[in-house]
Amino acid sequence: MRFRLDRRSGLPPYRQLVGQVRHALRLGVLCPGDQLPTVREVVRQITINPNTVHRAYRELEQQGLIEGRPGSGTFVKRSLSAVPEEQPMLRRRLGEWIDAARQVGLGDEAIEALVADALHTSEEEEP
Amino acid sequence: MTAVLETKGLGRRYGATWGLRDCSLIVAEGSITGLVGPNGAGKSTLLRLAAGLSRPSEGTVSAFGQPIDPNGTEHLGRIGYLDQHRPIYGSFRVRDMLTLGRKLNPEWDDSLPPQLLAEVGIPLNVRVHTLSIGQQAQVSLAVCLAKRPDLLLLDEPAESLDPLARQQLFEALLGTVAERGTTVFLSSHIVSELEPVCDNLIILAGSSVRLSQSTEDIVATHKLIIVGPGIPSIPGVEVISTKSSGRQTHLLVRGVLPDLGPDCQVLQPDLEEVVLGYLTQVGQESARSVSSLAHETEIGARS
Repeated sequence: MRFRLDRRSGLPPYRQLVGQVRHALRLGVLCPGDQLPTVREVVRQITINPNTVHRAYRELEQQGLIEGRPGSGTFVKRSLSAVPEEQPMLRRRLGEWIDAARQVGLGDEAIEALVADALHTSEEEEP
Repeated sequence: MTAVLETKGLGRRYGATWGLRDCSLIVAEGSITGLVGPNGAGKSTLLRLAAGLSRPSEGTVSAFGQPIDPNGTEHLGRIGYLDQHRPIYGSFRVRDMLTLGRKLNPEWDDSLPPQLLAEVGIPLNVRVHTLSIGQQAQVSLAVCLAKRPDLLLLDEPAESLDPLARQQLFEALLGTVAERGTTVFLSSHIVSELEPVCDNLIILAGSSVRLSQSTEDIVATHKLIIVGPGIPSIPGVEVISTKSSGRQTHLLVRGVLPDLGPDCQVLQPDLEEVVLGYLTQVGQESARSVSSLAHETEIGARS
């Protein structure tokens, strides 16, 4: 797991770290049992305040996603990818859909807008 | 929150001018607090007072709950101070510089400096003056960290270093304090660099404290508003600075915004824009006082 800080995003650094771990959990880059880098490693990786890393790990721990084991490090407790075995299939179908959108002449921006709109609509329809 | 460093109404006068005035602030235990401000704002004066190297003209400064006595020695072991001029001896070999540190400091960590210096490829047998500025900064920081201070005061530690050297310096600093929980108070005028590093930020301008807040809250509580010509009055917010360019006015405000309607564009400023806004505010105030002075003179001439 490698972290990255976007200084222009306006998002507080600790939220960026939390988001990146959640993202990795969702994509299956991180799986239960995997070890997260130590605070010191993260600090040296991205030149960030150690308190910020502690805070991000604390928050992820509160969300039940990771756990600190005294003396050995911080480990992933729970994954966020609900259906990992179906993910490749979903990814492939999305690829096909994007190809179809490009064929009718949609640019990246239009495609992103369409996806965002569809996501938004389905969120509203959910109970 | 325990305060490791606290100042109350602190001021220091140099002859007729004040280097620092009415400065009240707290540096919380275990925090990394940044001190930003333009040249001459009083950053170095404040850090020197905190290190006990200078005597206050008014007010108090205390560390670990005890007032700092410039003649005393009690605070010396617990406070590390790195001057912006990096006071290391050019004719010494790096190894001798470390020996000096060991002989002068009872709590010296002998294994840390060789390890930190090896990580950035600085040999111990060369003379300090043959090193680059970035390497000299690494040596002086290593000496400062090896003394194992509870409070580390750094005056422009990354000044005049290239981006890579700056990053290596912050890596060494943050990597070491990550393990020890050292409280760090550091000054800089490179705001973008401080954002991921500092828990709290103190803006010092015109010899006094303009803002002292957590880095995250500073960004969250300020907004940039773009409106047509003229400055609207917006209830419930404090206008920090204004910039007009004929057809448009940019306002930096602090507080919770009411609904402003479609004529105003509200943007999220980044940390640097907020800090610059506070520094502009000082500029505007002095400009105002000059113009009101001119106005008074004019009236005086007429009567």
